[in-house]
Amino acid sequence: MATIVLLTCTGLGLGALYFLVASGLSLIFGLMDVLNFAHGALLSIGAYGAWWAASGNLPGAGRSGFGFVLAVAFGTAVGTLAAVLLELAVIRPLYTRPREQILATVGVGLAAPALLSAIWGSDARTFPGPAALSGTFPLLGAAIPVNRLVLVAAALVVLVALRLFLGRTRHGLVVRAGVEDRAMVTALGIDVRKAFTLVFAIGGAAAALAGALGGLYFGSVDPGQGTSLLIFAFVVVVMGGMGSITGAAVAAVGVGLVQQFANYYTAAGLGDLAVVVMLAALLLIRPRGLTGRLA
Amino acid sequence: MAPRNATAPAVAEGAATGATTAAPVLRLSGVGWAVGGATILQGVSLDVYEGEFLAFIGPNGAGKTSLFNLISGLNKATSGTVELDGTDVTAESVSTRARRGLGRTFQTSSLWPAMTVAEHIRLAAQAATGGSYGFWRRAGRYSEQVARTLERTGLAHRADTLAGSLSHGEKRKLELAVLLVGEPRLMLLDEPMAGVSAEEVPTLTELIRSLHRDEGRTVLMVEHHMDVLLGLADRLAVMHHGTLLALDTPQAVMADTTVQQAYLGEAL
Repeated sequence: MATIVLLTCTGLGLGALYFLVASGLSLIFGLMDVLNFAHGALLSIGAYGAWWAASGNLPGAGRSGFGFVLAVAFGTAVGTLAAVLLELAVIRPLYTRPREQILATVGVGLAAPALLSAIWGSDARTFPGPAALSGTFPLLGAAIPVNRLVLVAAALVVLVALRLFLGRTRHGLVVRAGVEDRAMVTALGIDVRKAFTLVFAIGGAAAALAGALGGLYFGSVDPGQGTSLLIFAFVVVVMGGMGSITGAAVAAVGVGLVQQFANYYTAAGLGDLAVVVMLAALLLIRPRGLTGRLA
Repeated sequence: MAPRNATAPAVAEGAATGATTAAPVLRLSGVGWAVGGATILQGVSLDVYEGEFLAFIGPNGAGKTSLFNLISGLNKATSGTVELDGTDVTAESVSTRARRGLGRTFQTSSLWPAMTVAEHIRLAAQAATGGSYGFWRRAGRYSEQVARTLERTGLAHRADTLAGSLSHGEKRKLELAVLLVGEPRLMLLDEPMAGVSAEEVPTLTELIRSLHRDEGRTVLMVEHHMDVLLGLADRLAVMHHGTLLALDTPQAVMADTTVQQAYLGEAL
């Protein structure tokens, strides 16, 4: 029983990370038809930003209390800024050339981790999390690491915020309509491109937050972290239905749980295979993903 | 409906008076459209006056929708000129012509299936007001305009229904509602009854009639239901092989032997 509870909580924590990365990917793909292979780089930038700030390089930021919150906020802000620059400088000039656009994001996705390892080395760096978050709490006989709870809470906040943004705000309405049919939004006389930078900023913020909090989950940061999480985030996006936030949330939880349970009860590494099998099975039954539209 | 004089510009009841001397709302002069060597439209000339209801009939492929595309700016005429209120707009874009008060619906449904009826109208209201006031401003600020438009088009009870779940007739009403938010003076309706069930035709007809009669909008409409048109249109334009074959009152057009031979005899 304790094992099951622990595996469930760890799976949910991992699912939370996947959701944070996948929500932005899904919106970006849904609205702009851009496969952003540089999304993992945004996560890494967020992770290193938070690590750099929490290690005492940013005045006021630190490894505990408000200082840590500030460090996470700094990492998220740096990642958001990177996302905006990415859209303006690399993606925007290539909207009429989708193939070059994909290659450009792949290039950025390779270059950013290389840049990070050139500056701070390719070895994993210990992430200086607050003591309060490195402990465990008892739940149904299992000792659950507190950071899992932090991740799940952060993902829930992001999920609710995104749904409010999409459902209640003017720009959210434009984004949703654009995900469904972009040409019709243009026909109505609305400049959808203005929303592109915004969606990139939102996606980048969520990914960078995943990076900053991922440091807690993994206990360290390394340049390749973003890239390995990105693969599963793509699986989540496809399973959830391109452009669907709710679909991404459900798929992220499913992928996280299946991965954890399969790794524990079969052999380490089979979890990844189980996820791929699950993706194949779902696509055979529902080719458009869980939702197939923005819910 | 009283027959109208075909030669004098017809002005609908409720439309601005004294408009007879003004430039026509729409003037087509020798408009043609050729694509890749094929001539789709040729030498179409006509004037449409404020408050008038002009219906386009003709067999499939006669060029009715193509003509609407040239008027709305979706395609640019390759010969002749298109004038709105006396201004040459032949080279202008769809959005520029829309700002001049021209609005259009399409033959195929153009809605977002996963968005609600109210959200459609809210989005149209945002588009109509342009610019962004305040980034986080809630979409709810348009609620009054949304409520008014829903009321006007008889969709109030469907406000929170997803567009994908509406009946064909309701979808057409929603398209009209989206169009009305921009308050167009000249409305181009491309087969608004297409796919609509027989029970829904009367209410939709009534809605279109009120937009014309009560609100004084100028309407151009492509339609195959002749019974609908005879109660609505001031004049009928008969299109055949990319040309304008006849333009007259419904009664005169029905009596025209050329028209009967070319179109009515075979298609009706």
